[in-house]
Amino acid sequence: MRMNALRPTAAVAILCLAVACSQDKQAAPSGPPPNAKVVDESKAGNLSGRVTVEGAVPSNPPIKMSADPYCLRENPNGAMFENFVVNNGGLENVFVYVKDGLGGYYFEVPTQPVKLDQKRCHYSPHVLGVRAGQTLAISNSDETLHNVHALPDVNSEWNKGQPLKSMVDEKIFTAREVMVPFKCDVHNWMQAFVGVMDHPYYAITRDGGTFELKHVPAGTYTVEAWHEKLGTQAQTVTLGEKESKEITFTFKPSGAATK
Amino acid sequence: MIWLHRYAKLVVASTVLLIAAGGMVTSTGSGLSVPDWPNTYGWFMFSFPMDKWVGGILYEHSHRLIASTVGFLTVILAIWTWRVEPRAWVRRLGFAALGAVILQGLLGGLTVLLLLPAPISIGHAGLAQLFFCLTLVLALVTSPSWSADRPPINDHALRAFATVTTLFVYGQILLGATMRHTGAGMAIPTFPLAFGHVLPPVWSPAIAIHFAHRVGALCVVLAIFTTAIQVWRHHRDRPDLVRTATLLVLFVCSQATLGALVVISGLSPVINTAHVVNGALVLGASLVLTLRSWRDVSVHSVVAGEHRDTGTRSGDMKRSLRDPRGARV
Repeated sequence: MRMNALRPTAAVAILCLAVACSQDKQAAPSGPPPNAKVVDESKAGNLSGRVTVEGAVPSNPPIKMSADPYCLRENPNGAMFENFVVNNGGLENVFVYVKDGLGGYYFEVPTQPVKLDQKRCHYSPHVLGVRAGQTLAISNSDETLHNVHALPDVNSEWNKGQPLKSMVDEKIFTAREVMVPFKCDVHNWMQAFVGVMDHPYYAITRDGGTFELKHVPAGTYTVEAWHEKLGTQAQTVTLGEKESKEITFTFKPSGAATK
Repeated sequence: MIWLHRYAKLVVASTVLLIAAGGMVTSTGSGLSVPDWPNTYGWFMFSFPMDKWVGGILYEHSHRLIASTVGFLTVILAIWTWRVEPRAWVRRLGFAALGAVILQGLLGGLTVLLLLPAPISIGHAGLAQLFFCLTLVLALVTSPSWSADRPPINDHALRAFATVTTLFVYGQILLGATMRHTGAGMAIPTFPLAFGHVLPPVWSPAIAIHFAHRVGALCVVLAIFTTAIQVWRHHRDRPDLVRTATLLVLFVCSQATLGALVVISGLSPVINTAHVVNGALVLGASLVLTLRSWRDVSVHSVVAGEHRDTGTRSGDMKRSLRDPRGARV
């Protein structure tokens, strides 16, 4: 008799769980903690540099797009995976960020959303950064269906369908996480990686592997470079007031560092 | 009655197709390519435009449509069995199959909405095989050969071997499902040795699950050969048993080969799916052999049970109580 009485309750609980897991947005992080430090930009320095690659770089495999005629049409000359983008010896699509050493600084969360688009059956950009609490606007510029599937370890996983062109979904990650992989289960080659940071000191290498972190306060930091196939490398850097420093990371594909 | 048996066989075949479609969903990683349920990208499932069946959607949406069809076929099977079948336990079995397929549909929906949590996905895979077994039992017990008058087997060893084998096979299927749904399919990427050793030199939960599935395969092969040898040696006069035992051996040999090929091919979706479907055939053949080995025992107990349940339900039942061996059980 008691079991019978529990059945409707269990059904409602399962339904609530399912609805909760399909919620579009997560709660944003709370405001500044008491006694939080704020960066004085007039005394801050810059950290710039380059990520290079030494030795033979594996070639990017071709993508088979025959599963979707639209994708095939949009990529008439074929398409390759974006695992290794090398330009003049510089490695692009590397996420460089201050991993440690910022202590009790508080940073305002930008109100402008970061954009991630699905275009010609690719995520664009392939690697990007967003602040915890900042809106990530994901759009579909294709005339085919995509599902946007985020697979974080720390934040909550979600999966959202975008069956129509020009659809936009806004999501917010609440906790720092390096990196959150994104995939499209419809087109299994589509991948993106999002670095979720609790501060603004991160960059993605472009233009021959270069990067720049602006307005970094004086201090000693661990700076890490993350690559989707080559793993991570870290360096300790001490930066004085108004100082500008250059650092270089060198990845070697054969004896690659691992995450 | 023969038409009910033929219809039950159709449901069994449809279920095999459904298991294949489900296998393709997991093997191609398409489980979340349709993020909503029971709708498909907001469309009513049956009106989802065919030109949008692309990429992973093709596998996931086809799986849902085949599942709906099997569900509908099972409703008819349950009602038909209820109306024409004199044995109460068979009538109940029809509704057990209906309950299983409804629960299976709910588990399928829940695993999509909850983003494929391993316990629910494993439960979905495990219940699929139980539902397949239920449809198979219905097809078997409504067949003319089940009711045919035969000398009793009276082989306790065969009953024990066959029963243990079926339990082993189902356990092995659950291990395989655990391996698939926890991403441990390539945790040991070499075959037949594990990283060049008989025992893995390093261990992790994924390696342990994968290795357990390999050890389980050896146990299953051993159990099946033991059962088959028992049939071949002591029941050569029973072609129904010999045929099933031989089929079982052929299925398990194919299964071991497919298992090796799954690893060697790096989880090729087609080979992976063939391994899942063939696993169901191993289970089915083992179950049929088990039920046939127990059939004569069940004559007495089931007919007696039938008598308790329904009283003297029909003239047939009265006759069957007088001559249990000739009864339809």
